[in-house]
Amino acid sequence: MKSKKWILSAVLTVAAAVAVSTRPGLTVKAADQMGPAAVKIDNFSFGPQTLTVAPGTTVTWTNNDDVPHTVVSDDKAFKSKALDTDDKFSYTFDKPGTYNYFCSVHPKMTAKVVVK
Amino acid sequence: MSDYIKENLNKDGVDRRGFLKCMAWAGTGTLCVLQGGVLKSFALGDVTRQKIGDLKGDLSFVQISDSHIGFDKAANADVTATLREAIAKVNALPTPPSFVLHTGDLTHLSKPEEFDTLAESLKSLKTDQIFYVPGEHDVLNDNGAMFRERFGRNAMGDGWYSFEKNGAHFIGLVNVVNLKAGGLGNLGAEQLAWLQKDVAKLKSSTPIVVFGHIPLWAVYPQWGWGTDDSEQALSYLKRFGSVTVLNGHIHQTMQKVEGNITFHTAASTAFPQPQPGQAASPGPMKVPDDKLRQVLGITDVNFVQGKHTLAIVDSTLA
Repeated sequence: MKSKKWILSAVLTVAAAVAVSTRPGLTVKAADQMGPAAVKIDNFSFGPQTLTVAPGTTVTWTNNDDVPHTVVSDDKAFKSKALDTDDKFSYTFDKPGTYNYFCSVHPKMTAKVVVK
Repeated sequence: MSDYIKENLNKDGVDRRGFLKCMAWAGTGTLCVLQGGVLKSFALGDVTRQKIGDLKGDLSFVQISDSHIGFDKAANADVTATLREAIAKVNALPTPPSFVLHTGDLTHLSKPEEFDTLAESLKSLKTDQIFYVPGEHDVLNDNGAMFRERFGRNAMGDGWYSFEKNGAHFIGLVNVVNLKAGGLGNLGAEQLAWLQKDVAKLKSSTPIVVFGHIPLWAVYPQWGWGTDDSEQALSYLKRFGSVTVLNGHIHQTMQKVEGNITFHTAASTAFPQPQPGQAASPGPMKVPDDKLRQVLGITDVNFVQGKHTLAIVDSTLA
């Protein structure tokens, strides 16, 4: 009967919702738990030099220096164009791992993002 | 007024004391003339009156560097203006240069309009030819394709080439592309192979002048002021009686002599940078406005057929 089907689907929906909400990483609160993931570029260095974020996080680099810099990963996973003062570059890290990167204009500038 | 090498403690022919004294006077517009290991200094105003006999050689050329067209921050709000002043200075030299070398960082951001302004400005340079090598600021987005298209038509690979002038062999090198994480300047295997071949058949008495953007000696590796594979390049040049290496990148004049090789870096026409280790980073250095032109400059080079070293004269804009 209609009412039984309705109850059954309601129960299933609730069960599914409970199941989803107890799986780590899939809660709707994930975004709230992360602060802004940011790297500041200044004085020919990346700060922080090691940034640790969760998978799915978007990291934004901002160039506060008065010369252009780039953000290039060692394994070519990401590569910004030249960033002038106040320019930004963002990349979303989906997979866990350690991402070493450097500035291709001033290659002594190195840093990394750890995704876990 | 002159200073001779008083203490050659390291026996490498570098007159450090005299050189340091000379650098300290640079703010008042002094010329430092290096001739055969002897440093002579002259007040800027005396240059035209002083018949520096040896300077009127068989070959005369000028090096300018690091014009950074497009830069507009505190260290210099108008780099085009100071470039024009440098050009005026070149045009006023007692011996006009046969040609001019620009050792890179023509522009600040590799933008087409910046290359346009640079080319337009250099039209007023009174010389027959201008030769260029790129700096890292000229190859930002395309590994140097636009630079080569406009300023490196006859070059090979990433922009290297050589040419002869009055019996001297000039070599333009590119050490600002394919830079590796944590590394310094880089010449690369292909360019090194070309260089070895290029000089192989030359007589050892041929004067050699090498020019490239990043210094080919370890000025200050912590700031990227050096080239990882320059040793190999220099090994191909060791047999020559006179080798001069002209670089830019560090925005200050510096010199070093190693056997038959004289290394020299030029000032920028745009803005100065701190001396090695004297600041947190090698970025543009702000000086009081009335001092800016005392730390920007050009380099005039003259040599006479048969002499051992070139006469390299740095002069500031004021």
